[in-house]
Amino acid sequence: MPNFNMDPHKCPMPSQDPNVRNKNFEEVALGYTAEMAVNEAKRCIQCKNKPCQSGCPVGIDIPAFIHQVAEGNFEEAYQVIARDSSLPAVCGRVCPQENQCEGKCTRGIKGESVGIGRLERFVADWHRENTCEVPPRPQPNGHKVAIIGAGPSGLTAAGDLAKKGYDVTVYEALHVAGGVLMYGIPQFRLPKEIVQKEIDGLKDLGVKIETNMVIGKVLTVDELMGEMGYEGVYIASGAGLPNFMGIPGESLKGVYSANEYLTRVNLMKAYRSDSKTPIMHSHAVAVVGGGNVAMDAARCAKRLGAETVYIVYRRSMKELPARLEEVEHAQEEGIIFKTLCNPVEVLGDENGMVRGMRCVEMELGEPDASGRRRPIVKEGSDFVLEVDTMIMSIGTSPNPLIRSTTPGLETNRHGCIVTNGEDGLTSREGVYAGGDAVTGAATVILAMGAGKAAAKAMDEYIQNKNK
Amino acid sequence: MNKIVEKVSLNPTVTKMVIQAPLIAKKAQPGQFIIVRPLEDSERIPLTIAGYDRQAGTVTIIYQIVGGTTMELDTLNAGDSVHDFVGPLGVASHTEGLKKVCVVGGGVGCAIALPIAQKLHEQGCEVHSVVGFRNKDLLILEDEFKACSDVLKIMTDDGSYGEKGVVTAALEALIQEGNQYDEVITIGPLIMMKFVCQTTKKYGIKTIVSMNPIMIDGTGMCGGCRLTVGGETKFACVDGPDFDGHLVDFDEAMKRGSMYKEFETHRRDEHCNLMKQEVK
Repeated sequence: MPNFNMDPHKCPMPSQDPNVRNKNFEEVALGYTAEMAVNEAKRCIQCKNKPCQSGCPVGIDIPAFIHQVAEGNFEEAYQVIARDSSLPAVCGRVCPQENQCEGKCTRGIKGESVGIGRLERFVADWHRENTCEVPPRPQPNGHKVAIIGAGPSGLTAAGDLAKKGYDVTVYEALHVAGGVLMYGIPQFRLPKEIVQKEIDGLKDLGVKIETNMVIGKVLTVDELMGEMGYEGVYIASGAGLPNFMGIPGESLKGVYSANEYLTRVNLMKAYRSDSKTPIMHSHAVAVVGGGNVAMDAARCAKRLGAETVYIVYRRSMKELPARLEEVEHAQEEGIIFKTLCNPVEVLGDENGMVRGMRCVEMELGEPDASGRRRPIVKEGSDFVLEVDTMIMSIGTSPNPLIRSTTPGLETNRHGCIVTNGEDGLTSREGVYAGGDAVTGAATVILAMGAGKAAAKAMDEYIQNKNK
Repeated sequence: MNKIVEKVSLNPTVTKMVIQAPLIAKKAQPGQFIIVRPLEDSERIPLTIAGYDRQAGTVTIIYQIVGGTTMELDTLNAGDSVHDFVGPLGVASHTEGLKKVCVVGGGVGCAIALPIAQKLHEQGCEVHSVVGFRNKDLLILEDEFKACSDVLKIMTDDGSYGEKGVVTAALEALIQEGNQYDEVITIGPLIMMKFVCQTTKKYGIKTIVSMNPIMIDGTGMCGGCRLTVGGETKFACVDGPDFDGHLVDFDEAMKRGSMYKEFETHRRDEHCNLMKQEVK
């Protein structure tokens, strides 16, 4: 039997001290050293049936890459991951591993699962820092495809199709590629330099990225498929439209959507003193919602100097949809969780600025359609939370620009594009869709999984058509 | 990067730029806007399209220097390029079927009102234009409005040109003379649009306003441009920028527009001081 490390605990992740990091935008988790990585990799007992791999939306051969790490073959480990993932440095940082690969890990039955995400991150970082070889460009196959949206789903599809020899053009509405990885997820959780490196890697494969192109406006899907000669289009335009609660006072100054707040901070760098983009420097902030985006917004607000930052969530700690690690990090950094609490009105002062939020307390009733216990208002429990800023982080909906300009593209009542399921084919021939544009707001890795599946299906469709 | 083909100063604070953008020029319609980022580290700001030439592949913008970003834009000259130029965004103004319209423009808003007046004129609609400025020095686009208007009223606050008074006075006079408008289209400062709407409401004339709130992406992502229209939250970037003026909550829009006033004033002053230093 090989020399496994039977420590029931994961090797802890070296991190910045909570009271230091909540004042800067440097990355929170510092990453394993080579020695830590090898030790952690030895905790993997190389199960034959690979339950972890079945939990990975892009199907990485996890035991194989971990085996290479345990042997100290870091570049080989990278090559195993790269077969299935275009963005490993990103996934190692932002995937909800506890619900995916690590959630299925055999070691997790008695003790902690293997730190698969941390190992993936280590391998990707090691490769970035130690390998400067540019992979050879694949042989062109003579077919052209267009991808709409340079977020995780579009970039994954672009990478997979480029590897098969397609001439791939990605159209991006913003001035930089990356989507939510650039505008949404903050620097301290996912440094933008790392995202940029991964995108540069795709460009090395021959992927063309056209920024400032709002498809549906400057060009339509029909033009792409018609006069522009693309044989297939993958719509990965995300779910960008922020939802509001529809309560009084949401238009007061000091009420942001999480998208606006995070875009100002991450994309426009409002956290830097030399940024030209303004952001409110708040004293007390309430972030409404309990997902990863809410955690990101709250932790940004804290770093921008707010003395008090609340997460206001209508269910209990147990139902928080955010990754466990994000919740723990937020708590360590001093974010206050006001759970079982729901805002009913935003209160303003004479200048139209937020001065507080009227809330009600909630209690949990029977499980609803989502399987989570339904929150019910406690009568007479009104109280005012004094805040000067409120950030709405209660989800997003797909943008209407493409569905409203693409005849024959079927969407559901939420505005999500309808597909045939596994491979992302829409109601239009040759037009595929995936990621948040189909599912509504979900995770980076699910969007990547959809991009991967669509790339495979598009390849099959185009190859069959040209037989 | 999009090249600036032409730059003309229209008055001391208002400049016209013609920008090379063939794809946008091909699709642009009156009432739509673009997002421009003058320099690599600039903010993204929305500017309504003031004209386009499909053949030449150019889009015209007319801007007033009000904050840091327009100031940065103004440092660029013909031959330079703006870093980012995105569009055409927003819903085009509806002009179909209109037979008689009064277009009311205020200040730099006239630059946006002009292409709508031109389009209406081209489709055979009777166009009455009322344009207002603080004084004669700030007057822009007089010849262009003359060319597409059956009636043109120029108003100045101080009476230094045209008639002395506000645009609503001229509009109300036209209505009282018996002009029956299918629609009034008004573009200018929020306070002006608010009073135009109050005027037309009395006469029950449908009134369209073009809103220009604070935006970041301009594609429906940030929600910063939201306004209340008929009690509902609307995003100016994807639902507008044109709205039924009688339903818009102008007081709220004015408050929201002032959110970063202090920051902008500070930035502009800082910028001015820097420019002064360079001049020395």
